[in-house]
Amino acid sequence: MDEYMLIFRHEDGSKIASPEQMQIWMKQTMDWIGSIAAQNKFVSSNGLPHDDACVVWPKNQITNGPFGDIKETIGGYIIVQADSMEEAVAFAKGCPVLQGEGNSVEVRKIAKRH
Amino acid sequence: MENGILIPHLFRTEFGKITVVLTRYLGMDHLDIAEDLSMETFTKALEHWPHQGVPENPRAWLYAVAKNQALNWLKRQQNQRHILHSLNIREQCQLPEEINLSDDYIQDSQLRMLFAICHPSIGTLDQVSLALRILCGFGIDEIANALLASREAVNKRLFRAKQNLRSSAGQLEYPGQHERRARMGSVLTTLYLLFNEGYYSESEDCIMREDLAMEAIRLCYLLITNPETNLPETNALLALMCFHASRFPARKDQNGHFILYHLQNESLWNQELITQGMYFLNQAAQGDRLTRYHLEASIAYWHTQKEDTQLKWENILQLYNHLLTLHYSPIAALNRTYAVAKVYGNATGRMEAEKLGLTNNPYYCSLLASLYADDQPERSLQLLDQAILLSGTDPERRLLQERRHSLLKHLVED
Repeated sequence: MDEYMLIFRHEDGSKIASPEQMQIWMKQTMDWIGSIAAQNKFVSSNGLPHDDACVVWPKNQITNGPFGDIKETIGGYIIVQADSMEEAVAFAKGCPVLQGEGNSVEVRKIAKRH
Repeated sequence: MENGILIPHLFRTEFGKITVVLTRYLGMDHLDIAEDLSMETFTKALEHWPHQGVPENPRAWLYAVAKNQALNWLKRQQNQRHILHSLNIREQCQLPEEINLSDDYIQDSQLRMLFAICHPSIGTLDQVSLALRILCGFGIDEIANALLASREAVNKRLFRAKQNLRSSAGQLEYPGQHERRARMGSVLTTLYLLFNEGYYSESEDCIMREDLAMEAIRLCYLLITNPETNLPETNALLALMCFHASRFPARKDQNGHFILYHLQNESLWNQELITQGMYFLNQAAQGDRLTRYHLEASIAYWHTQKEDTQLKWENILQLYNHLLTLHYSPIAALNRTYAVAKVYGNATGRMEAEKLGLTNNPYYCSLLASLYADDQPERSLQLLDQAILLSGTDPERRLLQERRHSLLKHLVED
């Protein structure tokens, strides 16, 4: 069994959602994670808040926010166990982040440590 | 209480206390002797009480006999040592003047024993067996019954565990502060498992089960009376136990058969225990660590409200979502699925259930059967049959048969 990282990519990280909307997303995200955990496939997960973030460039250059030149912002990730890339992709398909237009979930296999 | 009930009851509450205190005087090497002396105390009660009548204070009577037996044994040991060393200078043998069997001393000794049993060299199941034997006074048959294991397996486990116990601790002493903290996790797990054996065990001997659950509560409460072990997770565990134990009076019918949660008469639930559980759950909210006990206690809290509300099930679902990310267990996965069905409907529940990969689990079949009961009763019947085949115990099978029977009746009437 391998571990895969599912990375949540938001098209526009500066959008501000209402507290009610946030609560609905939270609940949906927890239901999604709970469903993976109920299959004993959950490893870990973290949200990466957009505020108070910065980007460090070569030569000590620092810019505010995770919104540098790239179009999308990473909002968090989950690490799951899966038998194959297909299974990891099937988990990703249920991710509530995908309800936002332009958002995506990147699925990456985690290199095994030796 | 008559002798027939009184002695077994006293045995369960006092045997462990006496054994642990005597071990403290005799040393861990003589744990078996302490058990024997404790056993002889009860044999004496069985011999004397039927003829001379039950003493006014049976507990004090037992303690007095136990003290004498222990002092006599220690004296004999000392004499033997003197004979062996007759030509040498007399060793300083510190023979205690009195064996202390006060409540405080008993409690302190039991906490010490609990920590000694939770030494990392002893496996989890061995720890539970040993705790059942030494702290709760369970007989081999009762342990075998509670852990669904054979007598030989239990004997082997106890033998191995005692060997480890002796080699890990010479005297019944608290481990150092650092080590104590490190062992807290195992201590709580052991108490959690002890309680579960009492609460979920399939044995229908309800006196044994309730005594066991109450022993676990008592030991957990002991941890709370000690500032060092009075941690948020200890309070959470005790809250969990109180909430579950509140349903004991409502769980059995006159024939001693189980009554399922939704059929229980909630006016029989013990409100005092529920209130205590709420107090400990509040205490558990201090600190910043959220443990599985916090989540399980919160779930148990919602189950003290019998009415099915959307709020209740949404909360339970979120708590299970969280719990499963901390600690997976098939039963938690199945319970979460039930909560999914309550919040989002049976069809969603069935989809979630089928992802679990638990097809050979009787509880899986029985859960899926209830999620199919309304829409596809034939499928539900098949699943119940499968659950009956897979089920391990008579009481469980009986409950499933009853469900099958009422579903069939329903089908015929329609």
